[in-house]
Amino acid sequence: MQMEKLYQEIILDHYRTPHHHGLRAPFDAEVHHVNPTCGDEITLRVKLDAQPDPRPVDGAAPDEQSLVVTDISYEAMGCSISQASTSVLTDLAIGRPLTDVLATLDEFTAMVTSRGKIDGDEEVLGDGIAFAGVAKYPARIKCALLGWMAFKDAAVRTAADKTQLEEEFG
Amino acid sequence: MTGQLDVAPERLDGAALNSIRGDFPILERTVRDGKPLVYLDSGATSQRPVPVIDAEQEYVTGHNAAVHRGAHQLAEEATDFYESARERIAAFVGVGRAEELIFTKNATEAINLVAYSLSNATFSDQPAASRFRIGPGDEIVVTEMEHHANLVPWQELCRRTGATLRWLGVTDDFRLDLSADALSTVITPRTKVVAFTHQSNVLGTVNPVDVLVDAAHRVGALTVLDACQSVPHQPVDLIALGVDFAAFSGHKMLGPSGVGALYGRYDLLEAMPPFLTGGSMIEQVFIDHSTYAAPPARFEAGVPMTSQAVGLGAAVDYLQQVGMKVIADHEAALTGYALAELSAIPGVRIIGPADVVDRGGAVSFLVDGVHAHDVGQILDDAGVQVRVGHHCAWPLHRRFGIAATVRASFALYNTMGEVDALVAAVKDSQRFFGVG
Repeated sequence: MQMEKLYQEIILDHYRTPHHHGLRAPFDAEVHHVNPTCGDEITLRVKLDAQPDPRPVDGAAPDEQSLVVTDISYEAMGCSISQASTSVLTDLAIGRPLTDVLATLDEFTAMVTSRGKIDGDEEVLGDGIAFAGVAKYPARIKCALLGWMAFKDAAVRTAADKTQLEEEFG
Repeated sequence: MTGQLDVAPERLDGAALNSIRGDFPILERTVRDGKPLVYLDSGATSQRPVPVIDAEQEYVTGHNAAVHRGAHQLAEEATDFYESARERIAAFVGVGRAEELIFTKNATEAINLVAYSLSNATFSDQPAASRFRIGPGDEIVVTEMEHHANLVPWQELCRRTGATLRWLGVTDDFRLDLSADALSTVITPRTKVVAFTHQSNVLGTVNPVDVLVDAAHRVGALTVLDACQSVPHQPVDLIALGVDFAAFSGHKMLGPSGVGALYGRYDLLEAMPPFLTGGSMIEQVFIDHSTYAAPPARFEAGVPMTSQAVGLGAAVDYLQQVGMKVIADHEAALTGYALAELSAIPGVRIIGPADVVDRGGAVSFLVDGVHAHDVGQILDDAGVQVRVGHHCAWPLHRRFGIAATVRASFALYNTMGEVDALVAAVKDSQRFFGVG
C-alpha cells in the first residue's frame, strides 16, 4: 500500500492532536478560506508584533524592528491532510520572524506542487517534510495548502496595515 | 461482439454483462500499481463504449464539414449526421418532434440558455416574448437538493431581474418536502419558474415529477427539469412527464463530453428570444438589426459541436439496444446491494434513502471519524474510483450539516463484484485511520 507514504505517522499524529487549535484573542486579522472542490473551511487568525530583529544582518542596526508571528489560531473543518498541515504550520511559524515564515511557506508550496520533483529541505520544513507524498496526488495539493494560504492572506493583510499605520502615524 | 448485442438481454448478468463490459475498453485497464479499475463515478462522467468512439471516428474521417452551411456533398452528409443524431436523441427521451431538442455544450449551458432567454425577454421587441418577462415581485422556485447547475443560473436570473428565489426543502428522510403546506407556501401565483432535479446526484432520490408539474402548472409557472441523472439510468419520456424544459448531458450517458441537450416545448421555444447570438441562428441580418431563425437553429449560434453530437447519437442507440428497463433493473440491484452492504458496516451512514424505492444509483455516505477525502484516497489506492466532496450540491450538504460525502455511482457496466471491492475498501479506510 502506497498510503503509508502519503499518510505518514507525523501527519496522522497532527490530525488526531492538532497543535495551537482554537480561536484566540488578541489577533490582528482573521480570514476565512474554503476549498471549493470539497467544501473544507478554515477560519484563521494571525497576531504579528514588531520586535527587535533577533538576527540583524548586513550591518542593520541591532534595534531594527521586524514583524514576528506572535500567534496563529484557527478553527477548521477538513480532511487529515488539511488539518495536519495547518497544525504543522503553527509549530513552524509561531515565534518566528514573518520573513522567515514566508520563506518556509514558499519552500513548502514548491515541494507540494512539484509532482515529486522537489524533495523539500527538512532543515527548513521540519515536520512539514512529511507532506512530500502529497505532491504525487495533485487532487490533495489544495488540502495541504489550505491553512498555509489562509495564513499568508492574513499575514499580508496585517503587515500591510501595520506598515501603513507606521507611515501615517510614524 | 463489440458494439453489437445480437439479442437484447433480459437482464445484465453473466455473459450479457461481460459482453457489455467488453465494449468499454477503459474497464480493462489497471490503476495505482496494477489494481483492476473499479469505476464507480459514472454520476460524474460515464465511460464510452466502442460504438460511440467508432461513430465519432467514422464521422471525422469520412464526413466532416460545417453543418447547415455550404451546398457541397460533405456539408450535406455532415448535416445529415448531425440532424439524424438530433432525431434519435429526441426520440430516446420520448420527444417525437426533433426541433424541440437543442444541442448545447452541456446541461449547464442548457439551463443557462433558459435562464438567459427569460431575462432577455425583458429587452425583446417581439410581442411573443412578453409572456416570459420576469421582474420584481415574481418568484423562481428551486429545491434544496439541486446541483449548482440548476441553482446558480436561477440565483443570477433573480439578481438580473429583481425576482425572488424560493426553494422547497429536503426532509430528514432525504425526500423533497412536498407536503400540501410546503407546496402551497412556496409555489404561488407569483411563481414564474419551478426548476428541479429528476434524480438527486447526491441522495439518489427520484422526485415525483407529476406532483411538481401539477403544482407549477396550476399557477401558470414554467417547469425546468434537470434530467442529467435520470436519462442515463432509466426510461425517461419527457412528453409524458409534462415538463416544459429539460436538460441532460452527453458525457453522463455514454456519450462524449462537449455535448448536452435542452428539450423545450416548441410553442415556448418559438416565442423565446435567443441566448447566444451570431451565425446560424439568424433569419435575416441588416447592418443595424437582425431577425432570428425558428427553433432549434435560433438557439444554436455558431458552428456547433458535431462529432460529439454524432457520438451521443451512437450512445443512445447503444443504450436502446441494451434496453433502459434492463439497465434500470440492473442498477437497482447494484444499488440495493451496495446500500445493504455499506449500511451493515458500523460507523457508515448513508446520506440518502435507505432502499431502492424511488431511488437511483448514486450512493453517498459518511464514514465516522474519517473525512470523505481520506476515505476516497484509500479507495483510490485500491483501484476504486469514487467522487468525494459536495458533488456540486453544497446547500444540500449544509442542510445535513456535513462538509463532504463519499459517493459511489453506478452505470450499466458495473458488477456486484465491484460493489464488494467498494465495501472492502471502505473497511480498509476504517482500519487505516484506526476507527471502526
